[in-house]
Amino acid sequence: MATQSVIGTKNKKGQVFADPWHMMNEAPRTPCFFTGSEVIKEAIRRANVDVMIAYPITPQSEAAALIGELFAEGYIGDYFRGESEFAVMGQCAGAAFGGARVFTTTAGPGTMRAMENFPMWAGARLPIQMIVTCRGINSPLSIQPDTLEISYLMNTGMLVWHAESAQDFYDWMLKGFMVTEEPDVHLPLALCCDGFFVTHTKDMVNLTPVDMCLPPYDPYRAPVPCMDMECPPVRMMRDPFVMKSNYISYATHASWQQEIWAAAERSRKHTIAWLDGLIEVENPDADVLLVASGTAVSQGREAKVLLEEEGIEVGIVKIKVLRPWPHEEIREATKNAKHIIVPEFNVTGWLAKEIRATIPNSERVTGPRVCGGMTMPPEIIVEHIKGALGIKVAAMAGRGS
Amino acid sequence: MSLERIKIAPEMFDIMPPEYQDLVQKATYGNESRGWKDIGTSKELIEEHSLCAGCPESMAFRYILASLPNPEDTVMVGSTGCTSLVFPHVGIHNIHSLFGNQNAIASGLKRALTVRFPGRVKDVVVLAGDGATVDIGLDMTLQAWFRQEKFTTICFDNELYANTGGQESGLMQKGFVAKMAPIGKHFEKVRLPEIARESGCHYVVNCTVSKPNLIEKVVKNAIYIAREIGPTYLQLYTPCILEIGKNSMEGLQEMRDAEKPTERFAYREYISEPAKELIAEMTAKEKERKAALKKQLAGQNA
Ligand SMILES: Cc1ncc(C[n+]2csc(CCOP(=O)(O)OP(=O)(O)O)c2C)c(N)n1
Ligand code: SF4
Ligand SMILES: [Mg+2]
Repeated sequence: MATQSVIGTKNKKGQVFADPWHMMNEAPRTPCFFTGSEVIKEAIRRANVDVMIAYPITPQSEAAALIGELFAEGYIGDYFRGESEFAVMGQCAGAAFGGARVFTTTAGPGTMRAMENFPMWAGARLPIQMIVTCRGINSPLSIQPDTLEISYLMNTGMLVWHAESAQDFYDWMLKGFMVTEEPDVHLPLALCCDGFFVTHTKDMVNLTPVDMCLPPYDPYRAPVPCMDMECPPVRMMRDPFVMKSNYISYATHASWQQEIWAAAERSRKHTIAWLDGLIEVENPDADVLLVASGTAVSQGREAKVLLEEEGIEVGIVKIKVLRPWPHEEIREATKNAKHIIVPEFNVTGWLAKEIRATIPNSERVTGPRVCGGMTMPPEIIVEHIKGALGIKVAAMAGRGS
Repeated sequence: MSLERIKIAPEMFDIMPPEYQDLVQKATYGNESRGWKDIGTSKELIEEHSLCAGCPESMAFRYILASLPNPEDTVMVGSTGCTSLVFPHVGIHNIHSLFGNQNAIASGLKRALTVRFPGRVKDVVVLAGDGATVDIGLDMTLQAWFRQEKFTTICFDNELYANTGGQESGLMQKGFVAKMAPIGKHFEKVRLPEIARESGCHYVVNCTVSKPNLIEKVVKNAIYIAREIGPTYLQLYTPCILEIGKNSMEGLQEMRDAEKPTERFAYREYISEPAKELIAEMTAKEKERKAALKKQLAGQNA
């Protein structure tokens, strides 16, 4: 096995395999005005991906097609359109079992179609990175932004991160490979963003140098053998556990599941280092604390400005990582808050439920929710907060009374 | 795989399980002319199995594993079903992930191995039941063929869902009464061999596993053609003796009955033109090699 470092040598496109920490944290950045989809392409250009498998679904189709262009330019080992999301996630698994760094993108119904694969990915310890550009999954058919699908991903054993902006997305995609490929983690990552709001809007994003890329994935650091016949095959077991209804079988399955969740726990230390914490806290001593993930954080920031103009002080907690869940961080950040406001883009309020299950005096948690593609104007958040504080507000136009 | 890799450090030899010692010393890795005749004199790549006693799937497994031309660089992909009870005992890397997605897994796997090992042979072989291949996984079976993915698909056709207790499957015969077909199956056995040909497979064989030499031939052809040209498909009758009410000793006869000229498993083969050329070329080369060897031996003896 190669023990020599590849750092400093070049790939076939002439990019230097950089020390990832240097590349992400010290190397000069160039500001660019890009759509979220273009940002995904630029991150992958620098990620040294072996295999990307694509399938069209709004709002990730553009990003998935742009990565095809990268393949045509020679930046990716292989790329093709699969036949469905269920098949694509199987193809991603096959490529990852074979020792490749694998990337894919999906959204909404695609996520749901593929669902059987995700606990399998986690169970097989495949560090696949999947971008989820969330959209509605309800009937009647919707392509609008809605984050309900994230709640389904949260119990698959995958790591789940929720980006607020295109800049988050760019950085976290590259850092995501570093976290998931750690031998003590080696789990798949669902890197989510709110479709359209992030994918289809232009934003200033600071990019790392185009002539630097991540070092290649080394499948021989994995905690499970790579299926390439480069290490000796062994008979895995005398009786496949699926056949047995006995204690040893149950204990094996149980400990395997526990190990997956333990691996997710072990990702904390790496994620904290790379993302500078699982959450980000601003003004935690305010009586009113906005706690959110994704673009709901941005809307919360706007609401904060409006409220401060009226002399109402507001703190903000941005949750970056949903799995592993930042339990301690959230308890600590919310300990002084009297009102915890959780704005969400989904009908069930899964984030508010998670938070309620985490903290004492959970009746403090309320939140405005929109769904089905509705936007969340900061005024809705402002109105909700005033309501919580017992301040009388005039009914908003168009909402009836 | 470098054959060096499976060697055991001498100091460790005696603490390794005997089956592994055997694998290192007596398995036929690295020998292209390996075949079914090695069974009994070499270490097989299947250790045991937990199939029903006398299940023809076990014969099929042994013949196929003995016939792989390149086991040291072959990765197999299975699916859920009776076959998944055997794979944990197999001495080459194999993947089980979900029920029916085997050809999707194999597509990704083959491409990853091609990216990672340019210029080296890495064969991928799928082995799954008829339910996996034809019913739940049909989409992925066909799409892999449409895309001309370079791996072999083998279907163990026992004409029903054995592992879940004998339910109707698409490859079941019309009229057969089974679980979930309480008044007999309504439609004909799906003609997957014909569909395979139309879908772009370069080599398609429909037969039983009654004859090991035949299995060796078709497995080798299928793998060589998949390696060089495109997808290949073998549909092998491996009757589920349990569900059709046969005894352990009766599997072989059942296969012999089913392969009679008018029966549904009479030997049928399709081979595309480029595949034909490849096999002719390989046969000619092999002949040359053997002739040269003979000459050399004759020279030594003279
Ligand atoms: C998604 C999913 N659906 C259903 C099953 C249940 N299941 C397990 S094995 C099997 C039948 C397998 O039949 P076949 O592929 O013909 O293989 P055989 O057991 O006959 O060899 C079924 C339906 C499953 N494991 N996963
Ligand atoms: S149930 Fe049928 S196919 Fe499965 S092992 Fe038994 S005889 Fe073989
Ligand atoms: Mg079957």
